Amino acid sequence: MSLAIAPGEFFGLLGPNGAGKTTLISIVAGLARADAGSVSILGADVTAEYRRARRLLGIVPQELVFDPFFTVRETLRFQSGYFGIRRNDAWIDEVMHHLDLTAKADVNMRALSGGMKRRVLVAQALVHKPPVIVLDEPTAGVDVELRQGLWHFVRRLNRDGHTVVLTTHYLDEAESLCTRIAMLKAGRVVALDSTRNLLASFSGLYLKLALAREALPEALAARMVGREGARVTLRLESYAEIEPVLAALREAGVGVTELELEQPDLEEVFMSVMGRP
Amino acid sequence: MTGFATLLYKELLRFWKVSFQTMAAPVLTALLYLLIFAHALEGRVNVYRDVSYTAFLVPGLVMMSVLQNAFANSSSSLIQSKISGNLVFVLLPPISYQEFFWAYVLASMVRASAVGLGVLAAAAWFVELRLQAPLWALAFALLCSGLLGTLGLVAGIWAERFDQLAGFQNFVILPLTFLSGVFYSIHSLPPFWQGLSHANPFFYMIDGFRYGFFGVSDVPPVVSLAVVGVSFALAVAGTLWMLKRGYKLRG
Repeated sequence: MSLAIAPGEFFGLLGPNGAGKTTLISIVAGLARADAGSVSILGADVTAEYRRARRLLGIVPQELVFDPFFTVRETLRFQSGYFGIRRNDAWIDEVMHHLDLTAKADVNMRALSGGMKRRVLVAQALVHKPPVIVLDEPTAGVDVELRQGLWHFVRRLNRDGHTVVLTTHYLDEAESLCTRIAMLKAGRVVALDSTRNLLASFSGLYLKLALAREALPEALAARMVGREGARVTLRLESYAEIEPVLAALREAGVGVTELELEQPDLEEVFMSVMGRP
Repeated sequence: MTGFATLLYKELLRFWKVSFQTMAAPVLTALLYLLIFAHALEGRVNVYRDVSYTAFLVPGLVMMSVLQNAFANSSSSLIQSKISGNLVFVLLPPISYQEFFWAYVLASMVRASAVGLGVLAAAAWFVELRLQAPLWALAFALLCSGLLGTLGLVAGIWAERFDQLAGFQNFVILPLTFLSGVFYSIHSLPPFWQGLSHANPFFYMIDGFRYGFFGVSDVPPVVSLAVVGVSFALAVAGTLWMLKRGYKLRG
């Protein structure tokens, strides 16, 4: 695998379970060792210069882990200290404020809800102000409110110059947040491009019709990709094909009661890329 | 340095927050041993001249508490962090493997020393104690707590489940401690068992520490110090090697 992420990017790392996303992140973070090859963060090799590399990196792990002995504030102070930062309360307070954790500062980690624990994980990754932030499925199983708050904060960090690498199974999140995306399959990069180019590369659109009766003309049968009674989904290459389709229906005397046009989204691109041999 | 100091402080705070379980309970256990064995055997067993059995028992119980708590501290902390997954918070920052090692071992030494002092203070209510060679006692307390803290770290790294760690504790540490001469002098044993006791490194820890109290011991304290010192050096070297390779910690 060869992959370069530019400083300041909001980069998406997508792939099905077992594709190697978390393994890749573990190698970058120094939690696992690669059999071969090298990884560097802003020029710092993750093994030869591990101290510099780790200072540059903030990781939000996928698992909801916490130390049950300590409060939120203690947890964040310890994490600052591990990165060599003393007296970091001003920044800790700011991070807690943005993640809506201030009211929970002196609460033991055990007493927090899953969503709150997730927020603390994000805060822990940010206590040392890392220029590169890796979020490994940060919104898995969390409510809409936290998602929106989290993305608002992470977008702000990205605007401030932080590089953000995101893995997620929510492709709509990746589509709206990431400027560039890599798709992984069985440990290999199978697609790597800007989100705009990936969407553009998947040409075509879907025309969803509710017909007055269950009788699709023979000429349109080849375009059909879905059918549920009198509701059919047709695949078109471009907008120019809409009128010929409607004309064919008129000629066959089949009325249209509802019409909906769908453009391909990242999920379509993902399914298409992952379906390739 | 801040990373190391923070990890050490975190480890100290961890056991302090549950001090009823980590400090008060082992002091009470040692005290119960003292009361029961002293009541049963005082006046019936005479080990050293001019030393009562109760007085003889105290250094052994202090050292036994030191050893068990040093081992328990590093091993339980590490296995809890490993199993709950929060060890990642220590593995992600730029903390070197040496800093990691010394933070865990020093925290174990502090807990072991605190429990040892607690047992000593409690025992002082029941029996008059004088330290004939305090520096020897101090040297053994530090070296032995360091050694068991290191072994606890090894067990914590190696074990993947709580029952594996409990097995290590119950089938290795506990028998070696109980058969090391805490409750008796090995001179009271038949020759075969005396010889076997010399193969138990824990015997030298108890015997050397006891020399600090009474100025007499089963083997010369220099020999005990050498055995414990070499064991500690080997354990440190082996554990640092494991940590450097990331054995069972960094996949």
